[in-house]
Amino acid sequence: MGVREHILELQDVCITLNGQTIVEINRTIKAGEVLTVMGPSGSGKTSLLAYIAGFLASAFQASGRIVIDGKDVSELPAEQRKAGLLFQDPMLFPHLSVGENLRFGIPQGHTNKQELVMHSLQEIGLAGYADRDPGTLSGGQAARVALMRLLLSRPRVVLLDEPFSKLDAALRSEIRLQVFERLRKASLPTILVTHDPADAVAANGQVFQI
Amino acid sequence: MLLLLAIPIGVGLLMVLLPAFGFMPAIGGYEFTLAHWRDLFAAPGIVRSILLSLLAGVVTPAIALAVVFLFMASASATGLDRWVRRFVSPLLAIPHAAAAFGLVFMIAPAGLIARLVSPELTGWDRPADLLIVNDSYGLAMIAGLVIKEIPFLLLVAITVLPQLNPVQRVSMARSLGYRPSVAWLKTVAPGLYPLMRLPLVAVIAFASATVDVALILGPTLPPTLSVRLLGWFGDPDLSMRFMAAAAALLQLGVSLLAVASWLLGEKLVSKLYRLWVHSGNRLGGDRAIFFLGRTLLPGALVVIGGSMLALLLSSFSLSWRFPHALPASWTVQHWVDAIPGMSTPVFNTLIIAAVSTTIALVLVVGSLEFEQRSGRKQSSAMWLLYLPLLIPQVVFLFGMVIFAEFFYWQPNLLLVIFGHLLFVVPYVFLVLSEAYRRLDPHWSQLSATLGASPSKTFWRIRIPLLLAPALSAAAMGIAISVSIFLPTQLLGAGRIVTVTTEAIALASGGSRSTIATWALLQSLLPMLGFLVALFVPKILWQNRIGMQEG
Repeated sequence: MGVREHILELQDVCITLNGQTIVEINRTIKAGEVLTVMGPSGSGKTSLLAYIAGFLASAFQASGRIVIDGKDVSELPAEQRKAGLLFQDPMLFPHLSVGENLRFGIPQGHTNKQELVMHSLQEIGLAGYADRDPGTLSGGQAARVALMRLLLSRPRVVLLDEPFSKLDAALRSEIRLQVFERLRKASLPTILVTHDPADAVAANGQVFQI
Repeated sequence: MLLLLAIPIGVGLLMVLLPAFGFMPAIGGYEFTLAHWRDLFAAPGIVRSILLSLLAGVVTPAIALAVVFLFMASASATGLDRWVRRFVSPLLAIPHAAAAFGLVFMIAPAGLIARLVSPELTGWDRPADLLIVNDSYGLAMIAGLVIKEIPFLLLVAITVLPQLNPVQRVSMARSLGYRPSVAWLKTVAPGLYPLMRLPLVAVIAFASATVDVALILGPTLPPTLSVRLLGWFGDPDLSMRFMAAAAALLQLGVSLLAVASWLLGEKLVSKLYRLWVHSGNRLGGDRAIFFLGRTLLPGALVVIGGSMLALLLSSFSLSWRFPHALPASWTVQHWVDAIPGMSTPVFNTLIIAAVSTTIALVLVVGSLEFEQRSGRKQSSAMWLLYLPLLIPQVVFLFGMVIFAEFFYWQPNLLLVIFGHLLFVVPYVFLVLSEAYRRLDPHWSQLSATLGASPSKTFWRIRIPLLLAPALSAAAMGIAISVSIFLPTQLLGAGRIVTVTTEAIALASGGSRSTIATWALLQSLLPMLGFLVALFVPKILWQNRIGMQEG
């Protein structure tokens, strides 16, 4: 994977619900940096991610611009923004095998998808798991596959929606370290939404409080 | 899609309205007149026919609803509940006509029940001369309607119940000292009823205007209004058409009156109900509710099962003298005899069911997918979708026939398929929409962030994840198409025969065994659909834990 430097700018982004402002943010996140967004539940953290990713519910109104690598993507549909997303659950597609899950995100036109999948599985310590049912993976294994699936889709920015909150304590710090390390290596600007202060410490970047 | 359904019904109603007041140039009606209404009200026994239809329209939903609520109050989340849920869909798949025939074979003086208790309890050594089936008050007909509507209302209730957090409500009330079944009736039922009002209106419309069940189980002297108007419409004397159209409008009025009486009754019952809820009585009637709830509904299901058994026995019996409980000798001859005549009706049935269900699936999935992509809330015009179920079919179908004749369209398969579509679409929508809307939106969002286009997300993610409910919806569509009688009979002008029209044609004059054979054949086809819907996902996803019970 060739490493390209990406940059994400949120310019005067403002999200309102029924005329009430719930988020207002103006930040620049450089390649390999993590912006941690903190706030109580229901404060609009997830709405901010939804707006950046491109599927804000129609009940909300939003203004401002989302600029990735100098280009305004605010009007693009979600699938063209290249904003990768991790949820609380790994959300591996239950009807596809582990290998097919990875393959799903690889951009069209990639010449040797099969080899890339094999190689990626090896990288996350799951060599030989390509034909496995994702339902048989442990929580940690599934989290690693989900992260790899995201990276294989070659995103330009990454959005994390409390991705560690459902992992048990021992696994949490281990997975957290792996995720941040890989994102940094891939030089991806990242936004992390959480209400766990330990996440913010591990992210080691700017913090935005809603 | 809504217009596709609503326009033909509007046209159908209009085309009934005009001839009812004398205007129908094709057969010489050029001026508006009330003469046909006078003829209609002068028909012998017309008031009795009207009252029969009205009675069936109000009593059927009342009994069926009471049975379903009592069951849910007394058996929620028990083993019995799970057992019953498993049988709801296949029982719903049995066509009305087949269930009605089955009931005849069960309760008639020479039926299975009489045989089981004779001569020991009754002393009968030959079938008693009693008018149990086709009784003049329509009780057998209402019984037939009730046992078919119970699975329908139960399915509706089960589908909407989760929205109400029933477990939480009941636990709350129990902690305040209410017995479980009283708690259910006082906290869950009042919330559940409004969600079932629309399906109940559909039941009223169907019960007050049923033709197939009335032909098999209903009174004959005089028959219900719907049966009589079918007779007038089919009369070789074309001038009877005017009176038939007036009768169709009258039928609409009777069904509306049944709905209005229901709503009035609802007001009264809700007042009394509120008094009961507010009384604070925590124990009252718990035993009775428990007993009735756990016997009535399973009892109704056993009756349907027994009816099917009675059909099965009859279709293989060679000689079966009263009062023997089982045939003395067996034969496959009835089936062998039926085979040569089967191919055309079976072929027609399958073609009509397959085409109408496929079109319905495309329309329903298309509109649900559009709703998802545009992010819009469910349109308030959606109730139009259920219009074909809320207006008595016999009324607008006549209008559609008159409309088709006006343009000299010959009755043909396409017309029949279109008629079926009107009824298949709402049921397919009913089954599929909840599953479609409840699918976690994160799946398609995730797919989009991975760069998948909306159509890739649709084909690779949404369709596979929704395969099981989509197949159930298809099975339901096929079951509805196989079972419906009037659209085939009227739009096909009797020239397009299906297993259902054949079975009902046998009602008068067919031998017992022949009727049983055809009624079983009619039930068999929808059953196959439900089996496919049940087992295909199981086989396809046997190595995918996340897809089991999903």
